[in-house]
Amino acid sequence: MNVFHIAYKSLKQRALASSLTGLSVALGIALMVTVLVLHATMTRMFSQSASGYDLIVGPKGSKLQLVLNTIYRVSQPIENLPYRYYQQLRRDPRVEVAIPFALGDVTQQGGFPIVGTTPEYFTVEYVPGRRFRGNGPNLSRPFDAIIGSLVARRNGWNKGDQISLVHGGVADDVHDQKFTVVSVLEPTGTPNDKTVFVHIEGFWRLAGHEKPLDEAIERYRQFFGEDPRPEELGLATATGRPERGESAEQRAEHDGHGAGHGDDGEQGEQGEQREQREQGEHGEHGEHGEHGPIPDIQKEVTAVLVRVRSMTLVPQIEAEINEGVQAQAVNPIREIRWLLENIVGNVRTLSVVLTALIVIVSGISILVSIYNSMSERRREIAIMRALGASRRTVFGIILAESTLLCFGGGLAGVVLGHGMVFAAAPIIEARSGYLVDPFAFDWVELILLPALLLLATLVGFLPGVTAYRTDVAKALAE
Amino acid sequence: MSEMQKPSGGAGGVRGDSDDAGRPAVGSSAASRPGSQGEGAAGGAGRGDPSSAAVELRGVRKAYVEPDGSVLPVLDIERFVLARGEQVVLLGASGCGKTTLLNVISGITSADAGQVRVDGVDLARLPEAARDRFRADRIGMVFQTFNLLPAFTALENVLLGMSFSGRRADVREARRLLERVGLGRRLEHRPGQLSVGEQQRVAVARALVKRPAVLLADEPTASVDVANQQRILDLLRDVCREHDVALLLVTHSPEVAAQFERVERLESFNRAVAPAGATR
Ligand SMILES: Nc1ncnc2c1ncn2[C@@H]1O[C@H](COP(=O)(O)OP(=O)(O)OP(=O)(O)O)[C@@H](O)[C@H]1O
Ligand SMILES: [Mg+2]
Repeated sequence: MNVFHIAYKSLKQRALASSLTGLSVALGIALMVTVLVLHATMTRMFSQSASGYDLIVGPKGSKLQLVLNTIYRVSQPIENLPYRYYQQLRRDPRVEVAIPFALGDVTQQGGFPIVGTTPEYFTVEYVPGRRFRGNGPNLSRPFDAIIGSLVARRNGWNKGDQISLVHGGVADDVHDQKFTVVSVLEPTGTPNDKTVFVHIEGFWRLAGHEKPLDEAIERYRQFFGEDPRPEELGLATATGRPERGESAEQRAEHDGHGAGHGDDGEQGEQGEQREQREQGEHGEHGEHGEHGPIPDIQKEVTAVLVRVRSMTLVPQIEAEINEGVQAQAVNPIREIRWLLENIVGNVRTLSVVLTALIVIVSGISILVSIYNSMSERRREIAIMRALGASRRTVFGIILAESTLLCFGGGLAGVVLGHGMVFAAAPIIEARSGYLVDPFAFDWVELILLPALLLLATLVGFLPGVTAYRTDVAKALAE
Repeated sequence: MSEMQKPSGGAGGVRGDSDDAGRPAVGSSAASRPGSQGEGAAGGAGRGDPSSAAVELRGVRKAYVEPDGSVLPVLDIERFVLARGEQVVLLGASGCGKTTLLNVISGITSADAGQVRVDGVDLARLPEAARDRFRADRIGMVFQTFNLLPAFTALENVLLGMSFSGRRADVREARRLLERVGLGRRLEHRPGQLSVGEQQRVAVARALVKRPAVLLADEPTASVDVANQQRILDLLRDVCREHDVALLLVTHSPEVAAQFERVERLESFNRAVAPAGATR
């Protein structure tokens, strides 16, 4: 029989107190593990999904909010940029990819965020080395939609389903225009999984999404310091205008199925023909307040995702954009790192400290429990000494007791913690749209082992010393 | 105090010798012969040295400092010898220092002065940890009550008797001894499930399982009825004889004392017995 065996026996003897104190350690550790797992999941997701683009361009305002809107699709966008601003960016020879995002709506069912964008978004890598894969074609018609895997799973949607949008997140303001799911994306582990992508052209045509003409002109003047060109004011239906044909969305429309080959869409007339055809198809929506194509001047984008041809150009472009008074460019990686370090990291530190305090409190409960048992165990200790146990041995037995409680509780806590996350993962996913890996492992979990050992030592020390100091002759005489 | 010095001198050794002679089991009478011989060999004598006595005290003194600061001398023994395998009963008034003497022999309490040789080793010169280790190896103890650890079964309690010596626990020997004390069917019982008499028998088995040189028993039959008292006493004596273990047994019972060939009154060889002690 070794020290641990003896310690185990004496813990078993006090089964209730032992299991309660062990349980309190387990709960503390479980909480700590939960915090760590959730944080690990969050960090991985944040840092992964931020890395696909060099710059995010949006209206002036909070940089963080711009990134949160655009990449994580949380929080409401405040302002928009004129369509022409996006066109200018796109034409910049230093820019490799510029993807417009129009944000603000959510799905009627489940409240998933809507992103109006161009088909190009699905043809480029969303993070380095990874492209979207779906079970259907790319966006081609204005009222096409592509949905993330989580949306599909949660809402039970698949190709061919019709979906309704709620304007600006106001519950009862449902757009009459329905969108048709053309493809479901495979899971990416990014916020794209919880997003519904619609063709930006269709997004603009929804009631309330076009900027009122007078406001639009006013802002155009502020932005560009000149009056809008006539072709930007006119509707595309009546007169064939070359500029109209050059708009990115239309080119994208033509590219639709053949996802991502070249931008040489100088096929304006074809585009217009097609647009007119669609107008015919969806004509009835006009009566319910939805539009056909709207003038460029009234089109807006919430943000533009930009990938630059060379990393060395990033600071230059960023500076240029930020010099202007209307727009700002944000390096999403820098912003996310800031967020992770200063907010998420602090929250994590705080939570870890709080849970560590809980563990320490449960450690103290172990101390109290063992210490209380010491007075009634004086004779037992004296008998062991009489049997030849040294002072160090009886000290070791008490230390082994606290170690068993701390480790037993700790081990149970680790299992319980991961189990708790496992059980809570669907709820967290439903509420936040974040995919949680219950078995995500944080390196901090590794220091739990030595930390628990330290705790066990601290907690076992005082009662251990009491055992060490036991006056054997006196205790035997009692 | 001075009148006490007279009988104390070599009392132990002399009487021990004569009693031993009659018992073949303790055959090695050389060991119990004059202390001078033992003393000569004792210097380097280690465990199991057949020439050394089981217990030999020389010039042992022990005093307690009372809470009020005064010093209370409890033991002052010029010489006390217990031969190998010898069985001795120790009598004495309450408070005269019998338990203290046993504790000094077991090394639980350290003597203020003198030599405490057990199985040839002078415990007084050993550091505490070494004394503990020696006790684990060579000294068995049985107390009046509550000898057992409540969390352990009878068998485990006996195994505990071997746990602190560094030797491998011998489960077969533990079972055998429990069977020997009539508890072969109580191996898995906890102390709470055993009668007091049964608990004492487990304690006897536990004290003997390590094959000690000496078994120190402090009023082992004081808390059991007469029938059990005799049974435990017989058991103790028989098993000690079988295993060639010296027995030093403290009792207040004249019936118990009457059964022993050698009976010592502590007051007869302890010069420290103060008037205060006598009044208790
Ligand atoms: N730790 C101690 N501090 C001070 N005095 C002590 C201590 N231990 C024992 N004594 C005193 O030493 C004396 C001898 O005690 P001891 O227990 O050896 O007596 P005893 O002969 O075993 O008595 P009893 O027959 O009642 O068990 C007593 O007067 C006791 O009060
Ligand atoms: Mg006593």
